[in-house]
Amino acid sequence: MADLDQLRRIATQVRRDIIRQTHFAASGHPGGSLGCADFFTALYFEVLQRRHGQFVMDGKGEDLFFLSNGHISPVWYSVLARSGYFPLEELSTFRKINSRLQGHPATHEGLPGIRVASGSLGQGLSVAIGAALSKRLNGDDHLVYCLTGDGELQEGQIWEAALFAAHKKVDHLILTVDWNGVQIDGRNDDVVSLGDLPAKWKAFGWEVLQMNGNDMQDVLRGLAAAKERTGAGKPVVILMKTQMGFPIDFMMGTHKWHGVAPNAEQTENALSQLEETLGDYPYVENYQTN
Amino acid sequence: MLDQIEVTGKKATRDGFGDGLLEVGRQHDQVVALCADLLGSLKMNDFIKEFPDRFFQMGISEANMMGVAAGLATGGKIPYTGTFANFSTGRVYDQIRQTIAYSGKNVKVCASHAGVTLGEDGATHQILEDIGMMKMLPGFTVINPCDYAQTKAATIAIAEHYGPVYLRFGRPSWPIFTEKMPFEIGKAILIQEGADVSIFATGHLVWKAVEAARELAASGISVELINIHTIKPLDEEAILDSVQKTRCVVTAEEHQFAGGMGESIARLLARQMPTPMEFVGVDDSFGESGTPGELLDKYGMSTGHVVAAVQRVLKRK
Repeated sequence: MADLDQLRRIATQVRRDIIRQTHFAASGHPGGSLGCADFFTALYFEVLQRRHGQFVMDGKGEDLFFLSNGHISPVWYSVLARSGYFPLEELSTFRKINSRLQGHPATHEGLPGIRVASGSLGQGLSVAIGAALSKRLNGDDHLVYCLTGDGELQEGQIWEAALFAAHKKVDHLILTVDWNGVQIDGRNDDVVSLGDLPAKWKAFGWEVLQMNGNDMQDVLRGLAAAKERTGAGKPVVILMKTQMGFPIDFMMGTHKWHGVAPNAEQTENALSQLEETLGDYPYVENYQTN
Repeated sequence: MLDQIEVTGKKATRDGFGDGLLEVGRQHDQVVALCADLLGSLKMNDFIKEFPDRFFQMGISEANMMGVAAGLATGGKIPYTGTFANFSTGRVYDQIRQTIAYSGKNVKVCASHAGVTLGEDGATHQILEDIGMMKMLPGFTVINPCDYAQTKAATIAIAEHYGPVYLRFGRPSWPIFTEKMPFEIGKAILIQEGADVSIFATGHLVWKAVEAARELAASGISVELINIHTIKPLDEEAILDSVQKTRCVVTAEEHQFAGGMGESIARLLARQMPTPMEFVGVDDSFGESGTPGELLDKYGMSTGHVVAAVQRVLKRK
């Protein structure tokens, strides 16, 4: 097991990667990416039982992760690169022409680590359920993880999937909801309120847990608790409280940084708040993908 | 040659899907089936009886069905989704686009009750735009078989083709006449050779074209009749070979003019062999309740409409 301090150091570096990717691309979604950096780090560096070496699409014999809120691609790309799926320097190509790092994650260009495209919201949970059913048919007892945003719970398909997973007792599935309370146009409560979210998931037949997504120790505790509850006849959901933009002072407490890249001055300011723990990825202009 | 076409019975194309699904389930362990609360309509019961663990009742939630199918395909399964054509396409277009087409998933979207021959349920269910929507998706194969035997053969064949497929079939009982015609994805079938006009037909309208060709033969017009069961990829060679000879074309399909097979053929010919063309199909309209025969007649897709289109195009030759 990686120690807590090491995971925190990785998460801090991942946050630097997010700032630098969105800055160099002059676009992208830093807010939600920053908020979820601890979760992604814990998942890929501690929790997922995953195959090392060559990426295999069908994921037989390993845990799988599906990202439904594809716009937070910078955090996923950083973690994938830093856990060995592709070269770190390739982060330089984020959102540029001829890149495998599309604005929203895609399989089309063959980026290792990605199993389905996401970006149009509300669809990832259904795909994760299908992958879990495939594991069940294959006699593979590994788990399937999925992350959705909270705003995307406004999509009807999420609740179709929620009903179905409970009915089929898909109990080797752990959904995490990034419950940061904000979306592009403002607070969830001002756009369309999600109401009593824990009660909703419970009523749909799910095992409901909560954790603080910006406290590494609590993320590890929450993910372990969720894993303990698998195999008991119910799908599991973790409602993960995060702050969009965490921990950059000028990015928190607002929905403004959902989909805006930091300029040079803002980038410098943000990076000054994040220690360079593992070394920044070398930014390579015109990086060529092999 | 048309007098040699052997009608071996009458069944719905959806029966061909049901029987083909059972057969392909026996041939491939990885085939799984999903249905959104329309088991009887899609004729999936025999598959379920034999392979209960490989069937997923999704309930009335087509969007979720497409996503679950994409997930099953990711794990190496070959999912066949089943619901009405309207709910297989327009209702879930974005789900299919993102998680199946763009993601390159090996999902077979199997769609019954396409077109006006659905009949009495009316325009809410009679989709006439689906070929257009599905052929526009990069990487999708689009197949519209014409009878029970061809639908069964196509249902089996698509498991061997890696990639997303749209398989379109229908509700009414229809003559079976292709039992001796081999089916290969992307390979047009020459039903009758002729010299004066090429008719390219797909789906239920192939039989209407057979009837039309017989009528036209009686008045001395020699029809070359070709069945385009695979609309994408189009068998360009077969089409160009025929048009080279006849120099005029009629297309026939149970679909809007816009987005249909006729439009695909027109694009090919405009680029490579500009040719007078007439189209049999629906002219920018919704359908309505009625019997299949009444609806084909009212919306311009009867045998008489095919004959009239041939007569028009011959004058433009």
